[in-house]
Amino acid sequence: MMTTDAMTIGIAHAEEVEHPDTVAMQALGFWLYLMSDLIIFATLFATYAVLGNNYAGGPTGKELFELPYVLGETLLLLFSSVAYGLVMVGMHNGVKTRVLVGLAVTFLFGLGFVLMEINEFYHMVAAGHGPDVSAFLSSYFTLVGTHGTHVSFGLIWMAVMIGQVTVKGLTSPVQSRLMRLGMFWHFLDIVWIGIFSIVYLMGVM
Amino acid sequence: MFGKLSLSAIPYHDPITIGAVGGAVLLGLAIVGLVTYYGKWTYLYKEWLTGLDHKKIGIMYIIIAVIMLLRGFSDAILMRAQQAAATGGSLGFLSPDHFNQIFSAHGSIMIIFMAMPFMAGLMNIVVPQQIGSRDVAFPFLNSLSLWLTAAGAMLIMVSLGVGEFSKAGWSGYAPLTEMEYSPDVGVDYWIWAFQIAGVGSTLTGINFLVTIIKMRAPGMKLMRLPLFVWTSFCTMVLVVWAFPVLTAALVLLTLDRYIGMHFFTNTLGGNQMMYVNLFWTWAHPEVYILILPAFGIFSEVTATFSGKRLFGYTSMVWATGVITILSFAVWMHHFFTMGASPNVNLFFGIATMLIGIPTGVKTFNWLFTMYRGRIRFTTPMYWTLGAIVTFALGGTSGILLSLPSANYVLHNSLFVIGHFHNTIIPGAVFGFFAGYYYWFPKAVGFRLEESWGKRAFWCWLIGFLLAFVPLYVLGFMGMPRRMAFYATPAWHPYLLAAAAGVAVISLGILCQGIQLLISIKERRALDDRTGDPWDGRTLEWTTSSPPAVYNFATIPVVNDIDALTDMKEKGVAYRRPNQYNDIEMPKNAPHGLILGGLVFVFGFAMVWYIWWLAVLAALGMLFTVIARAMDDDIHYVIPAAEVERIENERYRQLAAVAT
Repeated sequence: MMTTDAMTIGIAHAEEVEHPDTVAMQALGFWLYLMSDLIIFATLFATYAVLGNNYAGGPTGKELFELPYVLGETLLLLFSSVAYGLVMVGMHNGVKTRVLVGLAVTFLFGLGFVLMEINEFYHMVAAGHGPDVSAFLSSYFTLVGTHGTHVSFGLIWMAVMIGQVTVKGLTSPVQSRLMRLGMFWHFLDIVWIGIFSIVYLMGVM
Repeated sequence: MFGKLSLSAIPYHDPITIGAVGGAVLLGLAIVGLVTYYGKWTYLYKEWLTGLDHKKIGIMYIIIAVIMLLRGFSDAILMRAQQAAATGGSLGFLSPDHFNQIFSAHGSIMIIFMAMPFMAGLMNIVVPQQIGSRDVAFPFLNSLSLWLTAAGAMLIMVSLGVGEFSKAGWSGYAPLTEMEYSPDVGVDYWIWAFQIAGVGSTLTGINFLVTIIKMRAPGMKLMRLPLFVWTSFCTMVLVVWAFPVLTAALVLLTLDRYIGMHFFTNTLGGNQMMYVNLFWTWAHPEVYILILPAFGIFSEVTATFSGKRLFGYTSMVWATGVITILSFAVWMHHFFTMGASPNVNLFFGIATMLIGIPTGVKTFNWLFTMYRGRIRFTTPMYWTLGAIVTFALGGTSGILLSLPSANYVLHNSLFVIGHFHNTIIPGAVFGFFAGYYYWFPKAVGFRLEESWGKRAFWCWLIGFLLAFVPLYVLGFMGMPRRMAFYATPAWHPYLLAAAAGVAVISLGILCQGIQLLISIKERRALDDRTGDPWDGRTLEWTTSSPPAVYNFATIPVVNDIDALTDMKEKGVAYRRPNQYNDIEMPKNAPHGLILGGLVFVFGFAMVWYIWWLAVLAALGMLFTVIARAMDDDIHYVIPAAEVERIENERYRQLAAVAT
């Protein structure tokens, strides 16, 4: 980036400000994107709230959800977020290996979460309780599935970042991307807390 | 191999459709031929298609808007002609299926592919300059948004010649849009066009919010922003809040249609009203998204051409904010008749009426701005004055509709069509035209010829009134909307008048086309050599016309509202800086264009169930995004010497004009 010379301040010109903080702007922009994503999830939650009791003679949440299994998924996701904390600490201290290890652990836990979820969906569909059975199941599969899809894209992003950190090192753009991936990952964690509370816990009660 | 697609998808048996498709294809080939003949492909690719310059992206958005205006207007001509002809037992010349596709395409195109791109285009050209910035916050995302919009527009255009369009209106109510009642590809075209354009709009929303928050020139405090920037800001807040709801609603409908889920179906627990609520939760803010930037343009134009500061700046900002917030509280007024309790209807009725108040504040402030000003009746001022007067009528008809009891009589009648065209056309469209005339010289370098502009205005104004006031009457007489033919002779004279109105509007469009051609021919005489053809009040008029790619060689310092007027009064406008510095600008990037192309292919493949192609396109999108993300060398530097050369040329031109 070019140097900015402080100029004599006149009325018609100013000290150079043509580099607003790029990293801060990227963070703000990403934050706004996350808020728009939150509204998508809010819409899906609202849909689940409205349609979630329309069982159409099919199974209810109580009959389908296995809380210990969901606890397993939750622990995987939450600990993956903790592992991402390791990534950020490593990044701040400039320790590349710590970042890579953190990313790998986050990735594995996140992958475990996604695989468990795919397994859950597969068994439900195989048992004849697919999303085409009732409005309740449609909204369940869509809400939980949308979250799982976001996590999967996060995993792809994470794989790309492992590649970038390895090849480019902890450059400023790479760090900015790691920070935004972290925001994304923690955001998905928060949405999951909403999901297991509203869908699973309330569904089973 | 090709999913549902086969040669029978081409409507070769329908002369009107084939004629339209043939015309469009010939026009496209002619343009391709001209570009090839003049050897301009490299220029086009480098300077425009892969460029990240917000000013050029803005111009391309407006080109899309104008093309889609002509397409949507052709739909209007067909509808008015059909309704004028389909009387006394005649069924007109359009089958009901065809008519239904036409009104669905008309609404979809005008809102999503004419008004939104027009607005995005004007914002792109103007907002960075008005805040004293060199670019938007995310130039690459800006390019991506443009090409996503283009991809959506292409899908709708292709639906004319390959398959068919939705017959379920621009609002796409379930369960009509479910597979049971619309098994054809039309609704899928509609879904994917909206979905793709919606993502583009959401990205633009994020882009401009960060731009306005983070990239203002020093001294440009929020309460010194030009009103067009304030309204753009509030509009983008609405975009980021509302479009995700549309995205989700369309995803749910897509899942119903493609996987057989039951969100909005008649059976197995689906709830049609859920679609209606979700759709209008987006669609109501959407109409405020369209109108607020136009209001911003009125504020700019009235102030500039009255030679006075805008009256009541603070109240204007607050009014804009109130409209923004209230627009989320009124969505149910689109379906008062659909079974909510009186108390619910009452809440939304009152909330709807409340929106009239800040709108009134704005209207009166424009009038007070003009009061005791030295008014110059330029073309932008004509459009603004015509808009303010006529929009007030449309707003009033909205207040009438906001009474649930009145709404029970008028719901789904032509009165509603009269109302929303009376707000969208004089409000948004005249506003965008005023902006187009006002900022054309800044973007292109020469003014538009005035007399043809005024002729166009009168044709549009008279044509609009002739086309839509009869619809109010027809609404009171009980004529429903979206009717292909009818058996009530009493309606016929009004429909004839409305058809005549459309004919007059087409004269207006013709005048605008002639104006553009004549202005290009006479561009030396109409040259804007100072960059400030209107004695403007805001920062965009300090740059040259067209501006250098970096807009400002040195970022200005702002001390007051109407930053340029303040500088002129203090005698410090156009002061030369002591020295120039290197300027860093974004490099060109083809990824936005490539992604737009891939998204189009993806949408087309999804419409026709060509799964392998959809997967390929999706993978292509993923790889393109990753490729872009791997590239950290995305800027180039304009050396200080080059900046100085460009600026010296500008000052030489300024001096030549002054003498």
